[in-house]
Amino acid sequence: MKIRTLTAVAAMLIAPGFAMSDPDDDTLVVNGEIEMVTKTEAPDHMSDTYVDTIMSGWHFRSDETQSLQMDDFDNSGMVFVDIGRDQWNTAEGGEGKSCASCHGTPEESMEGVRATYPKWDAEAEEVQTLAMQVNDCRESRMEAEPYGYTSGEMANIEALIAVQSRGMPVNVAIDGPVSETWERGKELYYTRTGQLELSCANCHEDNYGNMIRADHLSQGQINGFPVYRLKNAKLNTVHARFKGCVRDTRAETYKPGSPEFVALELYVASRGNGLSVEGPSVRN
Amino acid sequence: MEFTRRETLAVGAAAAMVVTIPMPAMASKADALIEEFTGGADVADGGVDLDAPEIAENGNTVPIEVGAEGAEAIMVLAAGNPEPPVATFRFGPLAGAHRAKTRIRLAGTQDVIAVAKMADGSYAKAAKTVKVTIGGCGG
Amino acid sequence: MAQGVRPRVKVPRKAEAGEIITIKTLISHKMESGQRKDSDGNVIPRSIIHRFTCDFNGQNVVDFKMEPAISTNPYFEFEATVPESGEFKFTWHDDDGSVYETAKKIEVA
Repeated sequence: MKIRTLTAVAAMLIAPGFAMSDPDDDTLVVNGEIEMVTKTEAPDHMSDTYVDTIMSGWHFRSDETQSLQMDDFDNSGMVFVDIGRDQWNTAEGGEGKSCASCHGTPEESMEGVRATYPKWDAEAEEVQTLAMQVNDCRESRMEAEPYGYTSGEMANIEALIAVQSRGMPVNVAIDGPVSETWERGKELYYTRTGQLELSCANCHEDNYGNMIRADHLSQGQINGFPVYRLKNAKLNTVHARFKGCVRDTRAETYKPGSPEFVALELYVASRGNGLSVEGPSVRN
Repeated sequence: MEFTRRETLAVGAAAAMVVTIPMPAMASKADALIEEFTGGADVADGGVDLDAPEIAENGNTVPIEVGAEGAEAIMVLAAGNPEPPVATFRFGPLAGAHRAKTRIRLAGTQDVIAVAKMADGSYAKAAKTVKVTIGGCGG
Repeated sequence: MAQGVRPRVKVPRKAEAGEIITIKTLISHKMESGQRKDSDGNVIPRSIIHRFTCDFNGQNVVDFKMEPAISTNPYFEFEATVPESGEFKFTWHDDDGSVYETAKKIEVA
């Protein structure tokens, strides 16, 4: 049974004539100003893998798709940053506050924030993702309804916050109070699941650069999230993408916001330490 | 019934001819729309720039560019879509160039056709085949 | 009026008289094509933006007829001649009767 599955997977991965399509060597500069680091040395914690260069998903896309991210008026994800800004400035909930009431403008208060999430929250005594922090503020400080974890509204706010860190290196902590969560995330990354018995690593570490049917497999980095996908013409969040990937291995998927996905997000983010925050990025 | 070799060859040749005679070209939806746009006038090949990717990374959002110097209007069709019309670009007196870029939906691999109506009343067209792929695990 | 529809337009702030500038426009809109079916198998009716126009100081720059094959969040890039200082007006016409508008000023030195 196992051998047949592996053969099926192998057959899917080795498309004739396309076996090895190397990611390209282009450089990403947004608006002629923001120089993105899209390739860099793999972080130390990956020294036990054979990956020595980490690369942004941008490199695995066609020239046409790549160019869509190079100007903020070509990047369709940016209109959702504008909508996110409206949300930021709108007072909601029992306290009659908006994000702006406490945080001023996103430019003032959110610089560098995206780059360090997920991170340890001392008060809640757990690792928190950006989405969890946003909802925490909404519920406890605004007395407003939380956003759906992978909803459009959450994606808009995440994009608005990500923009304030664009060009800055992803830098999530993996030691100290987060280390237990990080280890759990790492374990999840390397565990095979589902009818197809695939782990994240099988595709994104063992086969990045190869074609999976007509798609160019990336390293599965999340430095570009939330991502505007041409496929559904909207912003997509990390947990929505995780859910899709797990479902594609034909496994019972974890829920967005679940401790498993939070741990996985922390680990996957750390595999990108050093790459620039690109959100909102454009992918296929 | 027994066939002589001559008869067999004749029957075979006839069968082959029936198979290879091209069917009268079914007037496709796209052809009908071009007829309507041009009013039946002749359409020259060339003089219209049509830029589209050879392989579309995703059929839902395919960037294209059309242009024709001196064009009053350019109609774009996706010949293989359930409904071929894509857009008709009309250029007014303050248009800086008779070209435009947009993003379109293509249901599958097909020809994208651009038909331009020139200011002098003549028509020209260009077509490009775009391969539309399905990638990944479907996620 | 469809939900969450927001225009986003790029026009340079300044130009020389007679210069040809590039304009980029985007509007967030689902562009429901009329080809999709819901989970019960019923066709989801078409609901798109069917026309986009750009005028400058009352003169037309471009007038685009849009069909369902234009992608969600319709994007257009085109060029305009700028004879003098003034204002670009952009309109998007929705099947449901709404008209979305935005304007951008430009200064000619």
